[in-house]
Amino acid sequence: MMDDMTAIFREEVRDLLESLERGLLDLKSRPEDMGLVNQVFRDLHTVKGSGAMFGFSELAAFIHEFETVFDQVRSGNLAIGPELLRLALAAKDEIPGLVEGEADPEGRRVAILSGLQGLLGGGPVAAEAEVAAAPAEAGAGEADAGEAVAAGEGVMRLSFRLSGAALAMGARPEIVLDELRGLGAVAVEADLADVPPLDRLDVEACAIGWKMVLPASVTAAQVEEVFLFVDAEWSLEGAATEAAPAVAEAAPVAAAKAAPVAAGAVVKPEVKVEAKVETKSDAKSDAGATIRVPAERLDALMDAVGELVTAEARLTQLARDLRDPALIATAEQITRLAGGLRDATMTMRMVPMRSLVGRFRRLVLDLSDKLGKPVEFRVTGEDTELDKTVIEKLADPLVHVLRNALDHGMELPDARVAAGKPREGLVELVAEHAGAEVLIKVRDDGKGMDPAKLREKAIAKGIITPEAQMTEAQIFALIFEPGFSTAEAVTDLSGRGVGMDVVRRTIDALRGTIQIDSALGRGTTVTLRLPLTLAIIEGLQIEVAGEQYILPMPNVQEIVELPPEKVEPSRTEDFLDVRGGFVPFLRLRQLFDCAGEPGPGQNVVIVRAGDARVGIVVDRIIGTNQTVIKQMSKLHSGVRALSGATLLGNGSIALILDVGHLVGMSRQQGEAPQAARQEVLA
Amino acid sequence: MTIHHLKEDRQITLVTLSLGKQVLAIPAVRLREILDPMPVTRVPGAGPLVPAVLNVRGTVVPLANLKQVLRIPETEADDRRRILVLDVTIAGEPAVVAMEADAVHEVATIETAIIEPVPATASAWPPEYLTGLYRGGAGFVLMPDLDQILSALAQRPMA
Repeated sequence: MMDDMTAIFREEVRDLLESLERGLLDLKSRPEDMGLVNQVFRDLHTVKGSGAMFGFSELAAFIHEFETVFDQVRSGNLAIGPELLRLALAAKDEIPGLVEGEADPEGRRVAILSGLQGLLGGGPVAAEAEVAAAPAEAGAGEADAGEAVAAGEGVMRLSFRLSGAALAMGARPEIVLDELRGLGAVAVEADLADVPPLDRLDVEACAIGWKMVLPASVTAAQVEEVFLFVDAEWSLEGAATEAAPAVAEAAPVAAAKAAPVAAGAVVKPEVKVEAKVETKSDAKSDAGATIRVPAERLDALMDAVGELVTAEARLTQLARDLRDPALIATAEQITRLAGGLRDATMTMRMVPMRSLVGRFRRLVLDLSDKLGKPVEFRVTGEDTELDKTVIEKLADPLVHVLRNALDHGMELPDARVAAGKPREGLVELVAEHAGAEVLIKVRDDGKGMDPAKLREKAIAKGIITPEAQMTEAQIFALIFEPGFSTAEAVTDLSGRGVGMDVVRRTIDALRGTIQIDSALGRGTTVTLRLPLTLAIIEGLQIEVAGEQYILPMPNVQEIVELPPEKVEPSRTEDFLDVRGGFVPFLRLRQLFDCAGEPGPGQNVVIVRAGDARVGIVVDRIIGTNQTVIKQMSKLHSGVRALSGATLLGNGSIALILDVGHLVGMSRQQGEAPQAARQEVLA
Repeated sequence: MTIHHLKEDRQITLVTLSLGKQVLAIPAVRLREILDPMPVTRVPGAGPLVPAVLNVRGTVVPLANLKQVLRIPETEADDRRRILVLDVTIAGEPAVVAMEADAVHEVATIETAIIEPVPATASAWPPEYLTGLYRGGAGFVLMPDLDQILSALAQRPMA
């Protein structure tokens, strides 16, 4: 049980740290943004709160110090500066170690903390703060607490009782009591009235309640904060004072059940504690009503939807064959419902790019420090969503591309100034939707790539022959060849020549493409094109020599008839004039070594990948359908012309054509007709 | 699976089958199911060793032609032909693969002591494709090393 809870805590910490890092990095460019400061503070506070609850006391103590500094920023006593952010990021990096219980033999944590305290004017922050565990609103209350009691300004009485399964869920009464003492609780008494005889004692339930006296300045919100992560029944009674205006209206009795999800505070009917509810909704406003679902469950759901879609196709076919109007109507309804369910499921799997970007910001910041190349990192389209599997696999390739941009692309500041560019470089990450694809561009304004130099190098490395005729785009693509690296010196960041071919392989595996544009002296842009999802696509079913294939609908532009004069295969004239533009075409029959002769009335499906178009000659168009993509096994992964397989309504299999590969093939064919046949299926 | 692995147990349960005139044996634990011949989908460009895929209860499963791999001459199919669906490991990862057999004979438990290593010079096949052989009722029974064979197939250059 405890292990489960700790796992949830770790997961939560990971998310919070991501958010925290993003906040800190954003503060670099917008130091005055109080919203960001509050966000950082909230993240810290939540990590601390949950940490303390799960008994990570060292973690809680560490973050407490960290948080104190941001409390000062919040109250306007301390300005955000580069040193503060540096220390804050360093402190953030220590948190995972603290969660894992790693020791700190080099004393990094102590150094960071003393650095942070130094920013506060060297005051003994620690001594003062040791007892304060809920400083969110405690800033004023805490200091006054003792005096208030002493001065007899009126007191509040708090009693609480852990509910039902709180202990089993990991609640720690001693920590709660410590926090309450931090608020100034005195005269703490245990209420043993409900403790049952030994034979009826439930070890998982906490039968003890506690009563105590709190200074009048303590507000319900502060107490609520203590119980934020603890399932407990509590009530606070006492006289109103100016120190606690929020409670003033609510007094004398405000009882609330503070469940772990604190937004739904239950209030006794006769009392309204609106101030408290507001505090909560404010803290949680950007969280929205979300629930966490393990990724495997989403995968299972997707699989089930995939099977449903396949079964639905079968049903539709049966209904058509039987020509029963009632059955057809039902089948159509099922089709609609299955479509809706599919869309909803796919949406659930979509994750915004944002979840990746934080990592990249940090990477760029660290790299630019390390390399002595100041750069601005600009991100556009963080909200662009992609299937979670795609996002997961994108992280590594993008790290490589960004590293390359900084290490190889970006010049040193002096060289930039000499070239008449601003001292500070610019690296941009742009994510945007384009049809059923997502484009991710990494653009730098560095020195660009020299095609002549790349070519020389590729020849020297034996990757191409000196006679090879290549376009500029093909030469740039050479950097993805294994063993090709343009770095003059191998650095620890990049230049081992292993990175870029990994990038291409990963993107290939995601059914995406990479394109590089570069202008010497002006910079390089790497564009990744990725499909929105890997699970289900809208497909166009076609037939060639009795065999069924699927073309992804998003790639299909139009369908035209094959003109009679083009029916005879010819190497030089396999082009179509489509409204003024020449489109090369491929004959699937030829490509796939099909037996027999085509019948009359062949069609050409014009497909597009990237900027290129190609026509695909097929015997027959069958129609569109929902295509659940099944990956080809390892035994067939080498067949590049296919990207997967799918089950048709009648239970047979149709293979899905890889449009990007077909387009690439027609290009090669145009450039080197004699070699094309061999390349065709490679 | 090496022959030493095999001999760690005293007995092993095998399924025997025919490819042409040759009798082979496959560990019964690898066998998922035996299907009647069914339509398969040709995979263009995949080559003759793994020429097609088929639909096994909603999963797309590759069909390997072990006769091609082991260079056993093709024979006329009769009504004894079956498709075997097997659990295998390809390059370290579990996978499901189908193969055709001209006939499936029996499931039998044999003593591992009677299994012998394949003499390096005695067979037309690469020795690493075979785990071992033993003397059955009607001559030698070969035990192909499916994981080795299929992992090698996954590496093959495709047309």
